[in-house]
Formats: sequence, structure tokens, C-alpha cells
Amino acid sequence: MTPILLTTSDLLLAGGLVGICALLSVVLSLDIHRTLVIAAVRMTAQLVLTGSVLLFVFGRSSVWLTLLVLAFMFAAASYEAGSRQQVRLAPSWHFGISGGATIFGTVIVVLIGLLTALQPHPWYQARVAIPMTGLLLGNVMNATSLSMNTLLSAIARERIAIEARIILGATRAEAMNSLIRQAIRTALIPTLNQMAAAGVITLPGIMTGQILAGMNPLEASKYQIVLMSLIVSGNMIGATLSAGLTAARLTDARGRLRLDRLRD
Amino acid sequence: MSDKSPSLSLSSAGLSVRGLRNAHAGPFTVDVPRGECLVVAGMSGAGKSVLLRMIADLDPHQGLVALDGVACADMPAHQWRRRVLYLPAEPGWWSDIVLDHVSDDTATRALLDRLGLRESVLRTPVHRLSTGERQRLALVRGLLRGPCVLLLDEPCSALDDATTRKVEALLRDLKAQGLALVLVSHDQAQADRMADRRRYMTSGRFTEDAA
Repeated sequence: MTPILLTTSDLLLAGGLVGICALLSVVLSLDIHRTLVIAAVRMTAQLVLTGSVLLFVFGRSSVWLTLLVLAFMFAAASYEAGSRQQVRLAPSWHFGISGGATIFGTVIVVLIGLLTALQPHPWYQARVAIPMTGLLLGNVMNATSLSMNTLLSAIARERIAIEARIILGATRAEAMNSLIRQAIRTALIPTLNQMAAAGVITLPGIMTGQILAGMNPLEASKYQIVLMSLIVSGNMIGATLSAGLTAARLTDARGRLRLDRLRD
Repeated sequence: MSDKSPSLSLSSAGLSVRGLRNAHAGPFTVDVPRGECLVVAGMSGAGKSVLLRMIADLDPHQGLVALDGVACADMPAHQWRRRVLYLPAEPGWWSDIVLDHVSDDTATRALLDRLGLRESVLRTPVHRLSTGERQRLALVRGLLRGPCVLLLDEPCSALDDATTRKVEALLRDLKAQGLALVLVSHDQAQADRMADRRRYMTSGRFTEDAA
């Protein structure tokens, strides 16, 4: 089966649906029509631009061009991963930890995926490496961000309780481990829900895309299983690393709680 | 950070503080031999709690603190804090269940009894206890760790006279057993009853020695 190609009128029809939503917002006084329209225009511009860039990069087959695109994606993800926390570290530490954990978690699982299951030739082939990195990066970024946000908020909220343990002779690990575990669990809940619902409640995006592109559904499900496993692994690595590094930054070698390292 | 200054002589038994300071208070130099109580008084905001926190190694500091001749910096921090125990004016609780903080055994019950607490507090949620009950329960929780030095920050601020006397009687017994006490108190009468040594603090420094 060949892929179903969309025409301009298909896109206009989809845009019309967004327009109806905006109209409903006005009628129902939801006050989200402006945001909705801006988001739709922004999304369209971003995706068309991305498609054009990828078309260009895939055509060149240059490892340096691929690395440049990946570097841009990593930089954007590092910023986004740390940009919406309510409680924050000083900027260099904040974005350093969120970005470092996101990139590390992503790179590990992307390499595993490229070198074992997918094995494109060459292994860094842009057509495989870039979409796969993008897919994993977005997921790991969410997990890292959730983990860090949960832990930072919990430490700020539970400051007196954490210090009560430290005062009584707990090591910093003993004082913080329950909060670190909670942060990692919270970060993984969306992925675990996604895994539980896959194929029963929803048809996952990758599988849907592969089927629409003409792949045999059974083969598409194999792709989904491999990529879902990579996603949960990357999320686990990113969430654990960001929680561990955040906890380490907010304590010192003498096991003191160092909330003075939070940004004012 | 704790700095060890070998040139400074240390009292061999008890708590020794030499040039202890941070950006907010100090330098402080004082000895509290085992079996004695140092009372620290001063206006609110003078830096009394800052001093206790530095001695307990809860905040970064410079200078030297030692227990029985062993510097804080030469001992793992968690072991130091078990020996040199800080009891803040408002104790923290990591669980609302009292038995997550103390075990239900003979030692606990004996301490509860001495401090005038009913055994039923062991099964009462922390948030249902009065401020005074929480203060005394925090003292029980700390003493069960077997400290050598107690750093007490207004331990009787929420207690009536009779209960205050019970706490003081227990503290005197602990002194007799060889504990060193540093007591921050605004209560002049309590200071008169408890002090073997005294310091007064103003703007982050000791200003007189009334020992």
C-alpha cells in the first residue's frame, strides 16, 4: 500500500476545525480563541519549517549536518526541560541539570536503538537518527522536567521535615531518598499510562503513523514495542539523573540542606 | 566548611568552640565541659539559633568545633549530629504518626513519664498534639539517639511552670550523667536555675561573660 498523501484542501479542512473551535470559544466565553489561533499558526509554521529542513538534510546525507540538527534539538530541549519549574536553582545549574539529564537519557537509548534494533546504514543516517532522536528527546524532556519540578517543589515544601531527619543523624540519602523516589515515580506515570493503554484504549502514534504510511499492522506493532521500550528506558534514565543531581545540588558534602542554592 | 586550626588548644572533655563564624554571626569561642550547661541569652535575631546551627554543623561555617577533642570536620557529619544534637524551637516532623519518630518501648515510656506526657501521645497524630506536647516529644525523640551534647533552642517556650520544672529536672539529670548542654533561653529565671556558664549575644556576637 502506498502512503496517503494529503492535499492543500485537506489541510484547509483541518484548519477549519480549529476555526470552529475558536468560534465556540467566543460563543461560550472560554476566552481561549486567541491562544488557540496563535498556537495553530505557530504549530503550522514550525512543522512546515521542520519538514523543509528535514527534506534538505535527508537529501545531503552529511553527518555534520545531522549533528548540527541534533545539537539544535538538544539545546531547545535543554531550555524547555528547565523552563517551567516553579522552584528553581541558579540558571546555570538549573538548565545544566535538566539539559544534561535529558541529553544523556536520550543519547543512551537512541544509540541502543540505532545500533541494535534499527541498524540503518550508516548507523547515523539522518532519515532514521533525527526522527528517532526527536521522538525520544520529547519524551525524556517531559520526564526530566516532571522529575525535577516534583523534587524541587517537594524539597521547598518539606524543608523542615527533611532537616528534622538530618538533625537526628540521617545521611543526606536517608533524608532525601523518599522524595527522590516520589519524583521519579511521578515522572514515569504518563509513560506507564501510555504503555498500559497502548493498543487497548489508544493506537499509539508511531504505530498509527506506520500503518497510515502503508506498513503491515503487525510489523508496525513491533516498531511500537521497541520504541515504547526505548522511551520508558530513556525516561527512567533522565528522571533518575535529574532527581539525583538536583538532590545532590541542594545538599553538600557535610549532608546539609542547602536551600541557599535555590534562586531567590 | 569547617576549618581545623591546630594552634588552638581544645578542652579535652566536652564541647569546644574556637572562632566559629559565618556571614551572619561570630566569631564565637567558648567551652562547655561535660556535665555543665551554657546558657545563651540575647534579643530575638541576635544570632543565637545561628550559633546552635553552626555547632550542629547544619550550616556552612568557618572555625573549629570539637567534641572531646575530636573536630567536627574529622567526623562523618551524620555521626557528629547524633552526638551533638540540635533541638530547634519548632521541631520538624516527617510523618504525622508519632510511632514513625519514636519506638513504643520502655525507654520511650520512661522519658514520656518524666516529661509529663501521657502514653496515649504515641497513638495521637502529631498535628493533634499541642505545641508543648510536640516540644517535649521532640526532646524524647532526640534523647533516644543518645547524644553527648544537647543544643536546646527555647525548649520550654510553650510550657507551663510545672512542666518546665519537669524538663529542667530531666536536663539536670542528663548533666549529672555527663552531657554538655547549650541552652538558648529568654527566661531569666530559667537561666538562673540552669546555667553553669552564661553568654549574652548582641548582633551576632558574645558581648559579655556573666559566668
